[in-house]
Amino acid sequence: MNGPGGGATVSGGDDAGRRAVSQGRRSERHLGWWLCAPAALVMVLVTGWPIVYSVLLSLQRYDLRFPDRKGWIGVENYTTVLTSAFWWNAFAVTAVVTVVSVAIELVLGMVIALVMYRTLVGRGLIRTVVLIPYGIVTVAAAYGWKYAWTPDTGWLAGLLPGGQAPLTEHWPAIGIVILAEVWKTTPFMALLLMAGLALVPEDTLKAASMDGAGAWQRFRLITLPLMRPAILAALLFRTLDAFRIFDNIFVLTNGAQNTAAVSVIAYHNLIGGLNLGIGSTMSVLIVVTVAVIAFVFVKVLGTSAPAQATGGKR
Amino acid sequence: MSRHRDRTAGWAVVDLVVVVCALIPVVWIAALSFKAPSTISDGRFWPTTWTWSNYAGIFKNDDFVRGLINSIGIGVISTLIAIVIGTMAAYAVARLEFPGKSLVLGISLLIAMFPQISLVTPLFQIERGLGLFNTWPGLILPYITFALPLTIYTLSTFFREIPWDLEKAAKMDGATPFQAFRLVIAPLAAPGVVTTAILAFILCWNDFLFSISLTSSSAARTAPATISFFSGSSQFEDPAGSIAAAAIVITIPIVLFVLLFQRRIVSGLTSGAVKG
Repeated sequence: MNGPGGGATVSGGDDAGRRAVSQGRRSERHLGWWLCAPAALVMVLVTGWPIVYSVLLSLQRYDLRFPDRKGWIGVENYTTVLTSAFWWNAFAVTAVVTVVSVAIELVLGMVIALVMYRTLVGRGLIRTVVLIPYGIVTVAAAYGWKYAWTPDTGWLAGLLPGGQAPLTEHWPAIGIVILAEVWKTTPFMALLLMAGLALVPEDTLKAASMDGAGAWQRFRLITLPLMRPAILAALLFRTLDAFRIFDNIFVLTNGAQNTAAVSVIAYHNLIGGLNLGIGSTMSVLIVVTVAVIAFVFVKVLGTSAPAQATGGKR
Repeated sequence: MSRHRDRTAGWAVVDLVVVVCALIPVVWIAALSFKAPSTISDGRFWPTTWTWSNYAGIFKNDDFVRGLINSIGIGVISTLIAIVIGTMAAYAVARLEFPGKSLVLGISLLIAMFPQISLVTPLFQIERGLGLFNTWPGLILPYITFALPLTIYTLSTFFREIPWDLEKAAKMDGATPFQAFRLVIAPLAAPGVVTTAILAFILCWNDFLFSISLTSSSAARTAPATISFFSGSSQFEDPAGSIAAAAIVITIPIVLFVLLFQRRIVSGLTSGAVKG
């Protein structure tokens, strides 16, 4: 698709001479570099230097409230963070929210994908409506959930017996965080899975049906295996995305009742504590964790890098 | 025939469940935003008396209006820049052979998956050093960076589907290269570019983390971050109504995009995934 045809267009002719071809190659190569240069430059400048800088900061004692005590301290910040109960609690919360919400999203997303793909009525309507949770600003939706579960104010809190305040208790609050996360991101999962459903040939399903396979058998033995790449890619994106959860927790509990995720405590160390050393150490640890998750998906589960790196972030 | 009708009815019920689940939380915020302050905590779903006072209130709040202007300005500028340089890169990726192509795609993929919080701490310090902290460019730079992977991937998929031979045909029919581009290629590429721009704008419009971390006043703080500062502010006795109204205001552009461009957004979000 992007073979020599592209080169011919760029060199502006179809001259068959060998020199013209190699010259065309070279000018195609240069054009490619020039066209990619601005994008590559911005991406590398805005992420590359901060990453290096954050590794450097993580090796220093650097608290903006006590700037004169700045100094190199090796891995002391890492020991501090990795022996801190706060960090491990946040890590556990993040892990629970990630695993539970992605698992629910996979099942619900698959159901919604099937509905969007197979429904006989209102296909346009349902595809439109499903995009609204995907598009809505996470903070706006999170306030909706917060007030819905606030005693006296909320319609959902009113359904609970005895005026409970679920957001002020550890597990109920985590449950609400998961609910908010699932509502917001299931549509994205469903859209990716629907694209995977389109890859399953109708003929194969029809043939299996003729051979007497029921709906569930067709789904489990034909659809699921054929969708494996799409499912793994969607899982990879959603897992990494869920792991960086911030907005929902910030609005719903702001980390109260030990519900902070790693992003939330890193933020509080930076903006509340002004501790650049510790904040950067957490940043580096979060990147390392994300890298491990991606590695497991790609190497162990064999997820192929999808041609789709989009819209995962709300 | 009746079997067919049963199945239609079955699907209608399933559709209805999905629609209700997707919309109820949004309808709830809207209902809350029309409640008078005295009835906010009556625990009902619908307002007993409808009022516009929450909306009037937030538009009298300079910080919120400023936040909206910041959101629109920063979102539009970031989207435009990301689209221009992203289109160039996507064209190169889709149409040209050159060493380093997979590197560009690899970097994009890494950034798409990168945890933003890990950029916030160093960017906070770097931007304070460069004088970019609490300014529009200070937010535009990270927004472009995170919009670029989406732009490059989505647009390169669109570009691969364009029948580029038409360009050659137009030239053979005597069109100049510019005419061929303007009359043949641009109309074919435009839907993809528009779709990608919408997705990129939604991405910028949605950001919260960069906006609360890299700003310190309403000079550059975007609307979602401004809303989070409503709580406890003195001019709002009970911020719930105002927050709900503000949440609805920042949701309206998204709803409009979704209603106008539903089909394109779906194809934009999924086209790449199909190619695997």
